[in-house]
Parts: sequence; C-alpha cells; structure tokens
Amino acid sequence: MNSSRLYLRYVAASIRAQMQYPASFLMLSASQFIGTLIEFLGIWALFHRFGQVRGWTIGEIAVFYGVVHVSFAIADSISRGFDVFGPEFVKTGNFDRLLLRPRSTTLQLLGHELRLTRFGRLLQGVVVFAIGVRMVPIDWSIADVTLLLAAIAGGAALFVGIVILQATLAIWTVEGLEVANTLTYGGVQAAQYPLDIYERWFRDFLIFVVPIGCVAYLPVVKLLGRADSVGVPLWMLDVSPAFGLLFIAVSLCVWRLGVRHYMSTGS
Amino acid sequence: MIARVAPYLSVFRMRFLIMLQYRTAALAGFFTQCWWGIILVMVLAAFFHGARSHEPISFAQAVTYTWLGQAFLVLLPWTGDPDVGEMVRSGNVSYDRLRPLDTYFYWYVRAMAWMAARAVPRAALMFVTAGLIFPLIGLGAWRMRFPSSVAAGLLFTPALLSVVLLSSAMVMLINLTVVATVSDRGANTLATPIVIVLSGNLLPLPLFPDWMHRFLFLQPFAGLVDIPSRIYVGNLTGAVALAGLLQQVVWIGLLILLGHHLMLRAMRRLQVQGG
Amino acid sequence: MPQIVVENLSKSYRVSERAPGVWGATKGMFRRAARTVEALKAISFSLERGELLGFIGPNGAGKSTTLKILSGILEPDSGRCEVDGLTPSRDRIRHVARIGVVFGQRTQLWWDLPVVDGFDLLRDIYSVPETQYRRTKDAMVELMRLEPLLDQPVRQLSLGQRMRCEIAAAMLHRPSILFLDEPTIGLDAPSKLAVRAFVKSLNRDHGVTVILTTHDMHDIEALAERVIVIGNGIILADQSFESLRKEVLTERRLFVDFVGAAPALDFPGVAELHRDGNSLELSFDPSVVGAANLISWISAEYDLVDIHIQQPRIEEVIARFYNLHGAIEA
Repeated sequence: MNSSRLYLRYVAASIRAQMQYPASFLMLSASQFIGTLIEFLGIWALFHRFGQVRGWTIGEIAVFYGVVHVSFAIADSISRGFDVFGPEFVKTGNFDRLLLRPRSTTLQLLGHELRLTRFGRLLQGVVVFAIGVRMVPIDWSIADVTLLLAAIAGGAALFVGIVILQATLAIWTVEGLEVANTLTYGGVQAAQYPLDIYERWFRDFLIFVVPIGCVAYLPVVKLLGRADSVGVPLWMLDVSPAFGLLFIAVSLCVWRLGVRHYMSTGS
Repeated sequence: MIARVAPYLSVFRMRFLIMLQYRTAALAGFFTQCWWGIILVMVLAAFFHGARSHEPISFAQAVTYTWLGQAFLVLLPWTGDPDVGEMVRSGNVSYDRLRPLDTYFYWYVRAMAWMAARAVPRAALMFVTAGLIFPLIGLGAWRMRFPSSVAAGLLFTPALLSVVLLSSAMVMLINLTVVATVSDRGANTLATPIVIVLSGNLLPLPLFPDWMHRFLFLQPFAGLVDIPSRIYVGNLTGAVALAGLLQQVVWIGLLILLGHHLMLRAMRRLQVQGG
Repeated sequence: MPQIVVENLSKSYRVSERAPGVWGATKGMFRRAARTVEALKAISFSLERGELLGFIGPNGAGKSTTLKILSGILEPDSGRCEVDGLTPSRDRIRHVARIGVVFGQRTQLWWDLPVVDGFDLLRDIYSVPETQYRRTKDAMVELMRLEPLLDQPVRQLSLGQRMRCEIAAAMLHRPSILFLDEPTIGLDAPSKLAVRAFVKSLNRDHGVTVILTTHDMHDIEALAERVIVIGNGIILADQSFESLRKEVLTERRLFVDFVGAAPALDFPGVAELHRDGNSLELSFDPSVVGAANLISWISAEYDLVDIHIQQPRIEEVIARFYNLHGAIEA
C-alpha cells in the first residue's frame, strides 16, 4: 500500500481511537475553542480602547489572526507524533518499534495521531477570519484565493517543521527543549499581528530566521492590498509561502541525520 | 495556639524545601516566558503609540504589570496539587485522614508550599532579567520597574501574600474536584482560559472596556495578578489600594469556607465508601 | 548457506557519568564525563534456516545489543552481520519487512483499537497481499485461539492474551525469522505454556527461524536445542543445551523420605545437601555411582516412604555456568 493511502488508514484508525472517548473529546475541543478565542478577546479589548494600531484596523488584524491560527491548528493536529516523540518514543524505547517497520519514520510519526481536538482552534480561527473579511474590502480573485491557501499551507508546513526539529533534539537530549514551544506558540502570538507593528529587528527575525513572517505576514499583506508598506519586492510576496515548504524540507533532512545518530548509538 | 499551628508550619517548611530542589524544572519554561512577555510588551507599545493622553493605566505601568504577571505565573491556580492527583490515582487519599490534622488545612498548607517554592526561583530570575538585564541590553523602555513608591512597595507585600493564600484556596477547590471525579483531568481545561483573562494575565484589566471595570475589580481572580500588580506600579493607591487588599481577603475567606465545607462532605463520603 | 551470519561483531557505548550530589549535577551541566562500555567484543556465530536458538546471559551481557543489531535498528561498530543476504542496518526497510520481532510485556498493537483492526493496519503497513493476509491471519488466529479476542480493544486484554496477539501480529507478514525478546516475562503459568507451544509450532510446523532471549530457563528447556550463552560481551558457549547441562553440572539430586528419622549416610559419590526431620536431599555423581545402584542400596538398607530423582534445577546450571566463566551482571 502506498504511503498516502497508508497515511489515510492511520488517520482513520486515530479518529476511531479518539471517538472511543466522546465526552472527553467534546470537552477538550470546547475548551480549546474557548481558550483560543480569549486571545482575540484581548485583541478586541485593545482595539476598543485605542481604535487602531499603527494604521491597522481590527478587521485587518482579524485576517492575520485567522490565517495564523488556522495554519497552526492544522500543524498542531497532524504533528502530534513528533510533538510527543521525546517522552513517548525515545524515553520508552518505543521508537525501536517504528524502526522495525518497513516504512519511513516520518510517515509513521505523522500517522501516530491526528489530534481532532485541535479543531477547536481551527474553528475559532475560521470564525475570526470570517469576521475580518466582512470588515475589510478584498476582491477575491482566483489568484487571491490561491495565495491564501498557499499561505495557510506554508504556515502549517513551517510549524510542522519546527516540531520536527524539536523531536530531533529529543534524540540527543532525551528531554528535548522548550525552545520549540516558544517558536510555535510564541510564533502564533507574534504573527497574529502584522509584523510591522514590531521593532525592525524583531520583524527581521520573524522573516529571515524563523520565517513565520514569510508565510503569514507577507501573503496577507498582499491580500489586503497593503503591499507598499513593506520594504520587500512584490514578486517575493507571491512566492513567500514557499519558504514554509523549504523550512520543512530542511527539517526533514535534519531529522534523518538524527535518526542515523540514534541508530548508531542505541537508546 | 502556637502548638496548634506548629504542625502546619512544619508541613509547609518540608514541602517548600523539597520543591526548592527541583531547580532545573524552575528554569524550564523561563525562556518561553521571557519571549511571551516581550511580545506582549511590544504589542502594548504599538497600541500605546497611537494613544490619547489619558488611559486608565500608563504604558510604563502596563509593562511592569506584564512582567509581574510573568514573574509570578506559577502562583496562579492552573492545576490541582500533583500530590493529590497521585493520591487519588493510587487510592491513598484516606491515609491522610490518619494524621491528627484538619485535612483541609493540611492540604492547604502543602499547596501553599508547593506553589511558593516553585515561584521563588522563577520570580527572582524574572526580576533580574526584566529588571536589570533589559536596560543593559538596550531594552530599557520595556524593563520591569521598581515599585512606584515606598508605600506601593509596602502594600505590595501583603498583596503578594494574599495571592498565595487566594490561589491556594482555588487550588484546593480544584483538588476537591479531582477527589470527587476520581480523575486528575478535572476542571483544569475549562478553568485555564477563565483564569488567564480574569486575573489580568492576558491583558492588564484596566485596558478592558470601562464598563467592565467594576465587575473585573470585584471578581475573585482579580486578586491573583491585577490587584497586587496595580498596587506595585502605583495604579492603585491610598484608599483604593486598601480596598483592593480587602477584596483579596474577602475572597480568600469565602473560598476557604467553601472549600472547608466541601472537604468535610468529601471526606465523609470517603469514609462511607472506604477511601 | 546459513541464513544468519555474525562475524567479529563489536559494539561499544559511551555512557555519561555524573558525580553525585549538587556539585556533581552542576558540573554535569557543563561537561559530561564519559566512559566507554564494550557491549560486544567481536562475537561470531551463524544460524541455519529453521533453527531455534536460545540466547541467554546475565543482564547487561550484550543480548539486547545483539538482537538490535540483528534486527537492524542498531549499527555495529565493526564486523559483519548478514541476514538473508542483507546487512540489517544498511537495508533497514527491506530487512525489517522480512522479520518479526516480539518484545516481552510490550505490544506493537494500537491500545484503543480492537485487535483485528490492529492486524488490518499492520497488513497495510507491511503491504501484505489480501488473500495471503487472510490465510495467514486465519491460521494464526486458529493456532493461538484468538477468535474471542479479536474484537476487543487491546487495552482490555490481560498480559497473556496480549502476548498471544503480539506473536500473531508479528507473523502476519510471514517473516522467515522471528526474534523474541523475553516473551514470557510477567506471564502466568498457563500463558507461558501457551506461548512456548505456539513458538514451538511456528518453528517445527512452519519452519520459522527463531531467536529467543530469555531469563526463564524453562523456556530454554522447552524450546531450544541450541543455546548461546553470552557474558560481558563475549560468547561463552555455543552448543546444545543438554551438552551444556552435562558439562556444567554432572550431579543429580536424590530426595528420600524415611520412615524414621533420616540417618547419616556414608556412600562414595554421595553428599548430603539438606536434612529435614525424616527427609534427606542428596547429591550424587552418576559417574561414580549409578542411579539404579544407589536407589536399590538405600531401599535395601532403610525403610522408606518415598524416593525420587531430579536433575538439578536449570537456574542452578546456568548460575553455575556464569560463575565458572566470571560472567557477572554488568
């Protein structure tokens, strides 16, 4: 069975397993929904008091917010295997079992669990996004829709890449480091606002070092027709989601190195 | 009277010393908190940039307020006491009844020690970082400032103590749900967003719409971050500051009474069922 | 052409050491002192298709390391290891598709899924053709009597039931080699017997090559004709279990219950091990006095209630063997 179909089989199995605990699933999804929505409550309060932030209105913020949260929710939901890699696979020795199967470790870890409860954040992101596009005039052309979808995909790829790097770290330190959480959750925190409200150095960090800016900020800036406020050439705005894919490709290379290291040193 | 309090004091001391040993755990998450704080402060800076002259809280005050929230983050009632969760899991809750102590206060004092010991290293680290190091590396505009006045500093101490007492009372309520539902998932997941918003951890409460202010000041979670922080930065002074301290004390009393009552009922049920 | 060839296989680990106490912990954050542990020191052996090998040794002797190298999840430092013509760690995916591995007390099945759903998922992971899968699955289910367990989620099964499902799961893709790492650990007696019977049947009737590591010597007794004893990273013995037993412990045990108080016996080649009221436990050397002679002499001399002979317990044999070769727990 080829890899994509096998992945779908994994997903089906994971859903079936989670559906065995329906009450817990509903409660966790609901609390995720509320828990992430309160973030926007804080943003709303600030706009209520100050009216605007550096020339951006609440509708525009809502669009940035929605895109980032949807990207992260998708990534968070599919990357569970890498997320718990340290405690559940390295520490327990269960990673050996994955190596004993004639499939790539990446496929198996992606198939480990599809976290449905993350749907709470996804839904919340969609709701806020919908509110945003109602408030802001965007002419939705095919190119725009494509760019939007690419931004979401690129963002998801970036976040998954970060989690993969964190998992690779767990091979060396066993405990892993919290750093990845700062980049994922922290990245969402930062990127839910347009990056130009921050100091230059921080904005550059989020565009060039951890390119969350490339996949969330730049494409949405283009969509909102604000291209001129950014000092980046126009063509780059269209291509920027690709940086997310580049990032995850690099992460996977690092991952493979990590697995080779694991196999030469044992557990 | 001393003799009656003494056993609780020694319980506190023991747990406190044990928790102090978990130094590496204290460092974990510190980096995340710094990052978090910086982002919050930057967002505030961006909003305040276009501000009219008079807001319920100034930018400098809001910044220090934010850092205080991060410094004392572990004092907030996020989860129940892990020891209680462990006891429930292993079925050993009734063993605590064998001690000649009031079970509620026994657990209460343990929760206090658990929280306080975890808070000390983190708070110290955060004060040093945001208070001393930031100015040195050019982030002076976003630093944590000293208490706005001597009076503010003096009033902050009982306010901070009240935070520990208040939060422990809330943790006790979480503990009781853990005991009642015989699972350590408890009310954690739904409680967290409520705590984050209403304590002032998400955003300084004065920045919420004016019409919410009265409610936000009176609700129990305000005493966890908002009231002590505002006293520290000089946003609450004089009589209003004292009112804030009183608000904390009132809620502490109410929650302890409630918790104590629920504990008696829970223990009686345990005695019937067999622990 | 042997199926498995191991030649001069060596493997060392670096184990980081930490000085005790707070100072040690602080130092440990900056620089880790490390020492090298030689887990395998140039071991060699080979296995033909269809053999059943017992792999024993004290803890830390190198059994798990060998098994991990053979299964391909660990790279050796030097030496040659070939299974069915492939180098396990280099051709990982091709190699693991041909082997089955069972770890004692652990399951590879999905905790919340019914057993049969886990089997089906394994079929997809191993890309087993549908008809072959159905035939193998039915055969395994029948062999290990799994029918009533198939629809239950794995978390609801007892350890013994789980191990039976585990062995079946490992066989679904018809591997020609089965590795078993302490498969009977923690099982109750009937489950142990069941697992041993299944493994034996897989080997005898289905021709599966089996390598079994265990601490339970009754597993060895029941299953393995050939045994490799490994200690401190080297192979101490590679021979049939019976010859090992004969080499190490030549003596036998005699248990006698007398009518009256147990007397003091004096007979060449006989030593008293244990005295308890009317009973005696004796050890005797069969090369000095034959069992039949000894029994007839005692029953002629004394009034007896009961008398029986035993081999020394296997644990004694192995412990004695480890002792002889200085193979201590690492």
